[in-house]
Amino acid sequence: MATDEEQGNADEAHPLATDIPGTSSADTDSDTPELLVTPPELTGSLGEYVRAVGKRIRSGESGVLPVLGGLILLVVIFQIQDSVFLSAGNLVNLLVQGSVFVLLGMAEIWVLVLGEIDLSVGYVAGIGGTITAILSTTHGLPWWVAVLGGVAATAAIGAVWGTLVIRLRLPSFVVTLAGLLGMEGVLLYLVNANGTGGTIRIVDPVLIDIANGNLSTVVGWIVMIAAVVVVGGVIFVRDSHRRSSGLVAPPLAISVLKIAVISAAGIALVLVCNADRGALIPVQGVPYVVLVVLGVLALWTFLLGRTRFGRYLYAIGNNAEAARRAGISLGWNRLWAFTLTGLTAGIAGVVYASRLGSISNNIDGGTLVLYAVAAAVIGGASLFGGRGKMVYALLGGIVIATIYNGMGLLGLAASYQYMVTALVLLAAVTIDSLARRGRTATD
Amino acid sequence: MSVVAEDRATGEPPGSVGPLLSLRGISKHFGPVQALNDVDLDVPSGQITALVGDNGAGKSTLIKTIAGIWAPTSGTINWEGRPVEIRTPREADSLGIATVYQDLALCDNLDIVQNMFLGHEDLTHRLLDETQMEITAKKTLADLSVTTVQSVRQLVGSLSGGQRQSVAVARAVMRDAKLVIMDEPTAALGVSQTAQVLELIKTLGARGITVIVISHNLNDVFEVADRLAVLYLGRLVSSGPIAEYDRQRTVEIITTGRSADDEPTPHTATDGEG
Repeated sequence: MATDEEQGNADEAHPLATDIPGTSSADTDSDTPELLVTPPELTGSLGEYVRAVGKRIRSGESGVLPVLGGLILLVVIFQIQDSVFLSAGNLVNLLVQGSVFVLLGMAEIWVLVLGEIDLSVGYVAGIGGTITAILSTTHGLPWWVAVLGGVAATAAIGAVWGTLVIRLRLPSFVVTLAGLLGMEGVLLYLVNANGTGGTIRIVDPVLIDIANGNLSTVVGWIVMIAAVVVVGGVIFVRDSHRRSSGLVAPPLAISVLKIAVISAAGIALVLVCNADRGALIPVQGVPYVVLVVLGVLALWTFLLGRTRFGRYLYAIGNNAEAARRAGISLGWNRLWAFTLTGLTAGIAGVVYASRLGSISNNIDGGTLVLYAVAAAVIGGASLFGGRGKMVYALLGGIVIATIYNGMGLLGLAASYQYMVTALVLLAAVTIDSLARRGRTATD
Repeated sequence: MSVVAEDRATGEPPGSVGPLLSLRGISKHFGPVQALNDVDLDVPSGQITALVGDNGAGKSTLIKTIAGIWAPTSGTINWEGRPVEIRTPREADSLGIATVYQDLALCDNLDIVQNMFLGHEDLTHRLLDETQMEITAKKTLADLSVTTVQSVRQLVGSLSGGQRQSVAVARAVMRDAKLVIMDEPTAALGVSQTAQVLELIKTLGARGITVIVISHNLNDVFEVADRLAVLYLGRLVSSGPIAEYDRQRTVEIITTGRSADDEPTPHTATDGEG
């Protein structure tokens, strides 16, 4: 009988199974006495909820905890080394620096969830910025027409990659590697053909303000309070509705704690941004680009988490055959994911151009895409598909910006920045892999 | 064995309506290979029919024909007394035929509720209605007496083999399947998990859902089935109420295509060809 157990799945709820070496971690999961359909979360007490969360972490669903821990560690190290690090001026600078990494990371999440990859987002972003600059500066079109044009172009490029991957069944790695090379060529062509010496300046004040302008201090508070009320309200109403319907829901204390953390983060953000950080003239307020990043984050999180489309991407990324048998159109959903990757890259490109005040033919799109993938993976997305959230790109992008910014403050050369980023990426993948081992030890 | 089960074992469907599914002269060729040869099979409503046979006997080919994976080369399928064509899995689905394949087709990264509703999510204002879906999923699992899962928000990847099978079956039942086809549901399971799945199959039968179960394991077959159908090299060589069979005779039919003490089986092997 014991041999039967070993030959079959090792996750039997049989007492003998736990004695087999190598399956010892099975006890975290399937062979505890299972009597209730009622989940532990529902029975209400805070302690039980915490224990349920602890169990989930041990079984490999650690979520954002590793990256948050790593981020705190980095911040402590840099602050000890240089007390300027946590100054308001530097923190705001860091947020603005990180915005492009975060946006590109979010672009990458769309395809990573599918188990695909897009290596072209760096140069595609460059093309988005270039087209926006050409439409605005060279052709004098209104800023919003220029932005729409740039973003539409990059969305179309994403759709082309998607079509090649789906119709011709080519690996996305190869299609977008060709895209990386080809789009660098297109970028050079566009910038040089503009006849302004390899650089196109951004002159429209609104476009400049995207990455360089700030909300007034009062508007900053109003926007923050409105955002916290909406997000907190949604969490509170949803959780209490689920509790009263007898569904799996966190206890009241956890809902309140979540809202408190979100409020605290919002207040801290506005306090830091509203502090005067100017050297000669007063500079204060929340940068517009922070709103852009948070807006895209909210919209994409909503699309990925609350709609059929988002649900189907996770299903396809984990088990495409199961999704197909469930009647899900693999082609359309994947095409939209690639398109959204292109579109998000375009937004990143506009921000990039705005921050530099110009777009030139020496953008390093190769490095940008590596940072994009690194941001998503450091945040916790899986390269093997089926796992990833938009907020992972936010956290991962901020980690990369922190390294970039902190090493810069310490006066360390770019060589060190690359090496440290590499170590952090390796650490993130190692944590993911260890967690994965914890998760699959029961299979 | 309970009285109910013995009543069922007499074979006639309740209310003397025709069988839920009836196959007539089903043949299927793959090029020169004849996988199914003139199969006639009646599946009475509300009963558990076990489909047995050696490797390559055509069991999987037959259920894929019913499930709409491919059309038969010739022959007719009658569903609730009417001839139907089942060209795609979707058409099978809309008739009320659900197939649970051996690989279960579950997504490990989604939870139980998300898997049960995959491809058919409830929506309010075009957004996922998680509350409604969770209520329905919990009710379906409770109806099937699936009490071993801790939470319907558990990821399917963390479930045991028997629990995964339960989720796959619950998905079929939730969508009002009249016929549930299960392909080797206990093949990869240990002792206690097998018992769990057999219990589930019995529950389906008790709820009046018709089941076709493919199995290699005669212990399982004799524990749950009301009827037996034996395939041998693409032909249906024997079928009838389980009471007419014993283990030894069944093994004989499976391995040789006929039985030494051949008697009341309606489809006794026509002998000669192989």
